[in-house]
Amino acid sequence: MREDLLLSESEGIKKARMPSRAIPYLKALVHLLCLLPALHLLQMYRNGALAAQADPVNFITHFTGKWTLWILLTDLAITPVRRLTPMLAWLIRFRRMVGLYAFFYATLHLLTYIFLFSGYDVQTALAGLHAGHFAEPWRQLVAIWPTMLDDLEKRRFIQVGLVTWIILLTLAVTSPQRVLRAMGGKNWQRLHYLIYAAGFLALVHYWWSLKKGVPLPTKETLIFWILILARVVYWIIQRLRRRSALASQSAAAA
Amino acid sequence: MLIRTEKAIPSSEITAKDNYQSFRAGRRAFLARAGMLGVGAAAAAMFPSAANALNKLQTVSGKFNVSDTVTPESKAQSYNNYYEFGIDKSEPAHTAGSLRTRPWTVKVEGLVKKPQTIDIDALMHYRPLEQRVYRFRCVEAWSMVIPWDGYSLSELINFVEPLPSAKYIVFNSLADSSQMPNLNGSGFEGAYQEGLRMDEAMHPLTLLTFGSYGETLANQQGAPVRVIVPWKYGYKSPKAIVKIRFVDKQPSTTWNDLNPPAYGFYSNVNPNLDGDHSSRSHDRRLDSSSSIFPKIVATQMFNGYGDQVASLYNGMDLSKYY
Repeated sequence: MREDLLLSESEGIKKARMPSRAIPYLKALVHLLCLLPALHLLQMYRNGALAAQADPVNFITHFTGKWTLWILLTDLAITPVRRLTPMLAWLIRFRRMVGLYAFFYATLHLLTYIFLFSGYDVQTALAGLHAGHFAEPWRQLVAIWPTMLDDLEKRRFIQVGLVTWIILLTLAVTSPQRVLRAMGGKNWQRLHYLIYAAGFLALVHYWWSLKKGVPLPTKETLIFWILILARVVYWIIQRLRRRSALASQSAAAA
Repeated sequence: MLIRTEKAIPSSEITAKDNYQSFRAGRRAFLARAGMLGVGAAAAAMFPSAANALNKLQTVSGKFNVSDTVTPESKAQSYNNYYEFGIDKSEPAHTAGSLRTRPWTVKVEGLVKKPQTIDIDALMHYRPLEQRVYRFRCVEAWSMVIPWDGYSLSELINFVEPLPSAKYIVFNSLADSSQMPNLNGSGFEGAYQEGLRMDEAMHPLTLLTFGSYGETLANQQGAPVRVIVPWKYGYKSPKAIVKIRFVDKQPSTTWNDLNPPAYGFYSNVNPNLDGDHSSRSHDRRLDSSSSIFPKIVATQMFNGYGDQVASLYNGMDLSKYY
């Protein structure tokens, strides 16, 4: 399994059966697909649809949170889907990119929490800036800081959310090829297994953020466990194959 | 503003005794009085022409108005926590059309002298509808300012004459999956249930509400009749009421059953107590602002109605009776 994963990110790229000419176009397409939700939000902002929402903050919070999770699940789906057939081996080239977009939406989600959800008064901060009080945005942040610390201290869904973001941050920071080389493939791979933890914790964050009585995100949870199960099944199959190969070798030797 | 709450208004002051026999009789009395006072126009509102469309209501302006910027009707009617019609707050506006608000009756039962089933139109026209601009604070840290149309619940309570043993009042919302598409997905066990202590229910601020913005309530707002208790979190203001029961013990209530530490029986708005999902010290005021940035306001004790209602809780430890 490890060998397979390593193949994905570095030397293995040559083996991916994809006409190299198509790659830049596909990359552009994947970028576009991943950016679509953000562009949609921007469009809603520009045409006033966002402000026309009864509670724009609530909308943005859920929008960025859900897209983080969905993109994270898409990212986790790449490996199992690719294993279905060698024809899809080239998919692996987009795994890191999709993972970075998960971090991008998670960051938007975190910023939404800090500047829109926690009680930070953006309107006063902006009015202050306009009036030439350049410390006003900072003052607002200082004012809301205790509330955020309080949230972090008392609310486990906030704690889990922050841990998830820190994991994604770590993976994003270590994602460049240079860092991979510096760390060594094995260490890098070990660290990047944390993507599973991020997926799991993102789900936990979602579950715990819901009021009791609200239906839980069962579809997303189911998809997550199916993706994990696919890896376990693959791992077992590989082991069995290796064992039977060994068995037949030793049988031949005998 | 001084509101006396210790002593209930005697029912005799509200309707002449011989009119007590039935609710219809009470309505006649009001009609007669409305005529006498020369507000005959009010009579036009007595007989709504259509049941479900939002009908203009004839209202008199009430005494209890806050001066905060009023939330636009479009926002108040497109952002509703009404799980029986969908979990997402934008859903009920699309799905609540299936609710049939006529015919509709409200059953009054329990520890009361005159248990009865009251037709919604009779109930609506029993008293002149007052328009009152109230703050409405949801436990989810957002708030609105809404002009509700109704009359004090105390008027109805006095009419049905609770027994001295009645200490609490219980409301049940409609629970009909043929009209409420998400009833089974609501997470509620049976019908939505809320309750008030009798003195809270008798408080003049507690409004038996039939309309908002001068029109009958939209289905997603709790049509045809709900209760609004402005100093408590929104879930204490039940919608689509079909049953009112007078009891002697503190009743179980829907959200308290679901999550006791987060949602107490009293659920008075209290910025000093912490919520389970967010601090309750501030809220996002959803009003006429067309900015995507929230208007942050400091949440007030009893939602700003402390002068009127704080005395109801004299001597009570509010962190214990939350």
